[in-house]
Formats: sequence, structure tokens, C-alpha cells
Amino acid sequence: MTTSTQKSAYWAGVRDGAPFLFVAGPFAMLFGLLAAEAGLNAYEALAFSIVVIAGAAQFTALQLMQENVPTFIVLASALAVNLRLAMYSASITPYIGAAPVWQRALAAYFLVDQTYASAIGRYEAQPDMTVPERMTYFAGVSTSVCPGWYIFTVVGALVGAQIPEAWALDFALPLAFLAMISPLLRTPAHMVAALVAIVVSLMATNIPYSLGLLVAGICGMVAGAQAELWFERRKQRAI
Amino acid sequence: MIPDATLWTVIVGLGLGSFFLRFGFMGFVGDREMPAWLLRHLRYTAVAIIPALVAPIVVYSGEDGWPDPARFCAAIITVAVGLISKSFFTAIIAGAVTLYALLFLIG
Repeated sequence: MTTSTQKSAYWAGVRDGAPFLFVAGPFAMLFGLLAAEAGLNAYEALAFSIVVIAGAAQFTALQLMQENVPTFIVLASALAVNLRLAMYSASITPYIGAAPVWQRALAAYFLVDQTYASAIGRYEAQPDMTVPERMTYFAGVSTSVCPGWYIFTVVGALVGAQIPEAWALDFALPLAFLAMISPLLRTPAHMVAALVAIVVSLMATNIPYSLGLLVAGICGMVAGAQAELWFERRKQRAI
Repeated sequence: MIPDATLWTVIVGLGLGSFFLRFGFMGFVGDREMPAWLLRHLRYTAVAIIPALVAPIVVYSGEDGWPDPARFCAAIITVAVGLISKSFFTAIIAGAVTLYALLFLIG
């Protein structure tokens, strides 16, 4: 490994990450806006984005805190939304597991949907990359994606503080969730998971401490996993 | 209004928790294989939890546990457009337009 290939790996990462800014930027702005609507100031919204750096989980926590749900349930639900990060971590480990631990810790912090997608795509396409090149590439993608996440959160929070209450933004967060999740319903098993979770959540609103959400989520996950097995078996029989 | 103590507990707790989810496999597990049944369940966490979070807000959005027509229709349109377009922004804009149009028309 040489300095020049390291450098080009960094810039390749910056380039590959740049388009994601058009997704992450407005998304961060929406978070800042809704955070302001929920009564957070720009500094608190920014702290949220820097410390947590995970869009869907931030939206989840924001919604539940406004419903005065117990803190424990807020944390458990938002972390459940973030379980996919553990999957990303597992899938990227074979490529960068040999890097020094401080580098892995940094990469772990910056592991979000966009950096993961870029990195795993590049690592699979170029299996001869060295571990340092992979880390440098990852740093490049993070440089493009993550500062934008912080900056646009603040922009959104400042704009949101100016918006009058008459705009009925109470429903913006639910709509954002639906817009976020419906493109992810790629397979019949994903749809089964969502439908079961919806039905259970509607019946479970009387369960104390807002535990209904977690119960519904677990039912949905189990249903999705079982549906996946069922569809696979059916496909195999068809062949 | 969210109390300060709650807000900061959630920010710090969620930050630490998310970091450990991210670092877990890279840091501790190394490149050992994860059991297939676990991966199979993890795949469906987001598509189960988020609809479960939103469904009661949408369905019980009106009076006496009934849906509010404008909000309910906006939600349906958002999902339909999201499923077809596969795009977050197309979906949320379609939903917002529907919501404001219906709020304007039927109040």
C-alpha cells in the first residue's frame, strides 16, 4: 500500500458519498424542523444528531417523547429501529475487522445507511483492496455524508423555530415515517411483517407503559421471518 | 414540552446504545458467522417497529377513536406513492399535498 493509492481511495469515497447528501441533507433538515416543533432548541437538535447520528431512530425517539411515553420504552423502541446497524456491522466486519481498534471504533460511529451502502458496494466490487485502503475509502464517504447531517439539522431547527403553529405539523412526523418505510417493503415477507405489526399495535393500545409498541414490533418480526421461510419453501417446491 | 432530563437521558442513552450496536460485531465478534435465525429476524425490525409506531396515530387521529378523514387519506396516499415510486421524497410530498388539500376542502 502506498500513500497515492490511499489518497485515491479517500477521494473515491468522497465522490461516492456526495450524491447521498441530497438524501441526508433534506432528511436532517426535516429532523431539525420537527425537533424545533417539539420544543428543542438548535443546540439540543444538533446534540441529538451528533450523539445519535441515526435518522429513523431520532425520529422515533422524538415522536415517543412527545407522547410522554416512559423513557425506558423510548430507548428500547428507538434502539429496536436501529437494530439494522448491528446487521451492517456484522456484514462489514469481514472487510475491516483486521484494522486497529481505534479505526474500527471511528468507523462504527460513522456507520449509517449511506456509508454502509457505499462501502459494502465498493468492497465487494474490488476484493483486492487492502484493509488500510478500505478504511480510507470509508473515511472519504463519511466526510461527504456526515457533516451535512449535522449542518442541515441546525438549519432545520432554526427554520422550524420561525414556523407558526397553525401549519398542522403534528402529522408531518407520521407521514415522514410512512414515506421512509413504504419503499422498504420490497418482498411479500416485509409486507407480512408490517401488516402483522400494524394489526397488533392497533389492538395493543391498552397495554400499560406503551409496551404495545414493542409487543407489536416483535410479532411483526417473527411474522416476517416465518413468512420468509414459508415463501422460500414454496419456491423450492415449485422448482 | 419534553422535560430536559428526559431529553438528555434519551440522547445519551440512544447514542451509547446505537454505538454498541454499530461496534458490536466489528469490535467484539470479529468475523464469526451470525446464526441465520437471528439475521432473519433482524431483517424485519424496521418494517415492523415503524408501522407499529405510526398505525395508532393514523387510525385514532380523529375524535372518539375514529380516523380523521384528511390525515387518514394522507397516510394512505403516502404509503401508496412510496410503494410505487420507491422514493421517500415523492411519497412525503404526495402525502403533504393530500393532507393540506383535504384540510382546506373539508376542514
